[in-house]
Amino acid sequence: MKYILTRLSRSLLTLVIVVTVVFLLMRMMPIEGYFGASFDKLDEAQKMAKLNNLGLLDPWYIQLKNFYTDILKGDFGESITYRPKVAITKILGDKLITSLRFGLASLAVSLVVGLGMGILMARFKGKFWDKLGTVYVVGANAVPAVIYYLLIQVYFTNIFNLPLLYSKTDSKSWILPILCLSLVNIAYYAMWIRRYMVDELNKDYVRLARAKGLKNKDIMVKHVMRNAFVPMVQYLPASILYTVSGSIYVESLFSIPGTGGLLVTAIQRQDNTLVQALVLLYSSIGIVGLMLGDILMAAFDPRIKLSQEGGSR
Amino acid sequence: MTGKKIISNMADSIDPSLFDFAEYDESKSELTGYSNYSFWRSTLQVFMKNKLAVALLVLIVIVVVFTIIQPYLPNQKSPTQIYINPETGLQYRNVQPNDPSVSEKFIFGTNSIGQDLWARLWSGTRTSLYIGVAVGIFEAIVGITIGALWGYVRKLDAIITEIYNVWDNIPSTVVLIILTYIMKPSISTIIFAMCMTGWLEMARFVRNLILIIRDREYNLASRCLGTPSRRIITKNLLPYLVSVIMLRMALAIPSAIGNEVFLSYIGMGLPIDIPSLGNLISEGRALMMDPNQRYQLFFPAAVISVVTISFYVIGNVFADSADPRNHV
Repeated sequence: MKYILTRLSRSLLTLVIVVTVVFLLMRMMPIEGYFGASFDKLDEAQKMAKLNNLGLLDPWYIQLKNFYTDILKGDFGESITYRPKVAITKILGDKLITSLRFGLASLAVSLVVGLGMGILMARFKGKFWDKLGTVYVVGANAVPAVIYYLLIQVYFTNIFNLPLLYSKTDSKSWILPILCLSLVNIAYYAMWIRRYMVDELNKDYVRLARAKGLKNKDIMVKHVMRNAFVPMVQYLPASILYTVSGSIYVESLFSIPGTGGLLVTAIQRQDNTLVQALVLLYSSIGIVGLMLGDILMAAFDPRIKLSQEGGSR
Repeated sequence: MTGKKIISNMADSIDPSLFDFAEYDESKSELTGYSNYSFWRSTLQVFMKNKLAVALLVLIVIVVVFTIIQPYLPNQKSPTQIYINPETGLQYRNVQPNDPSVSEKFIFGTNSIGQDLWARLWSGTRTSLYIGVAVGIFEAIVGITIGALWGYVRKLDAIITEIYNVWDNIPSTVVLIILTYIMKPSISTIIFAMCMTGWLEMARFVRNLILIIRDREYNLASRCLGTPSRRIITKNLLPYLVSVIMLRMALAIPSAIGNEVFLSYIGMGLPIDIPSLGNLISEGRALMMDPNQRYQLFFPAAVISVVTISFYVIGNVFADSADPRNHV
């Protein structure tokens, strides 16, 4: 418990620094961005008035102070340029849910397929299936994702007669985005579970179990898999939480109204409040996810104790 | 020699020369202590055993050499010039690969404004490979320096860990985009932005490895035997690091190419007058819904796949073979 509290306070400090750095970086961008297309039409006084309204002419430390006092009150402010005068929480609400739905569906698919594939690969190590799986893992990891997303979009829509773009009511249009989202994760889970299982298979306790005459299936299920899952468990909470951040490629290709491209758009339009809120969200997700992962891992494996200095990473 | 004779008298069977004093030969005492093990030769031997990696290495060498010499070959077109049909005065728009009806020959066809896709493809590969290699080298330099300090100097450990935590928690997309925004879009901007986010991983890997092996028994033994620290670093630590460093460098190239594609995709990549694989993919994507124009997406996609997969596989196999534990 004490460990969790100290860790939480340290994480909070990290979070504050991260948000502050991004806050200052955003203030380094040229001011043209705040006006968009109307920049050339306005005269100097109008520009200054607008900047003053946004509070951008104050010294940075005053801006920073205002920002943090607002956040402590639970007020994330209003969007400046993305959808002017709309509360950030309102913009994010729907998008987060859309991304979350797709993310969780793809996570479920990739866990089932990826773990199954990895276990098969470890079981038949060095055989045909292992090699085939390795080819897939290498391809998915090395080639930039957008290339196979594009190919999938071009061909699968024709071959399987699936709709090209996402629509909320047509459940058939959800298949391709979920497939695209899963491809990389399947490779990821398959690769790691295979590696951990192969590591475990070489250990003495497996040899002992073999010597005792246990069935191969029992060794795999009762011993090897339970141990191999422990390191995997650590990343599970983070990957669940990260699904809210969406995928830029998939969401823009299938025109899903999720959070994927939001950060990029917000930076391009210099919507400071939106960027800050998003960075705050994503960073806290990363930190909380890692912490939950450590706690879950300790719960999963009684040999791991968190109270030791440095944790178990 | 004397073993087969029937021994009648024990003393006859003994060769008196065995009881002479042997001459002390210093060079012979070295023979058992010295092995002709060479780190790089063993690495090469293990690497050569993997036929696939060797084949990909040959392939990638051919690709790299070809991208370099391609502009100097005869009959090559300029990657940026817009070709105009002399008969009609119009640009050669979207000419199919090797279209026989067009008098001028475009091996891979032309793009939507009449530039030669073949020349653009190789020019783009050159740009992307240059970015990848530059990012890899800078990442290695920065990452190794910081990682070594982080792992070796105990006092710096806490500070650098904090810096790492902060920097690692800023989404790398934010850093990439803001940096390309603040600076002018150019090749050096992109390289700089990618290095700013890329060195973290390298530094962490190097640090973890140094932490693990610096106090191993064999290093303690070396230190006790009075081995100078220069020799400890070059002979005891570096061989273990080489595999990781080479792996990270080899993987930096595909990931840099991927990042460049990503930046071009969201419209923040290189200016469109510099051909790069990312720009070519973006151009091809705009036309991909027309089955006749898909070649403009396929050719760059194929080159990217070949290059990234090759570097990925070569990097992994080389890392395995550079690991002294895999040496005979």
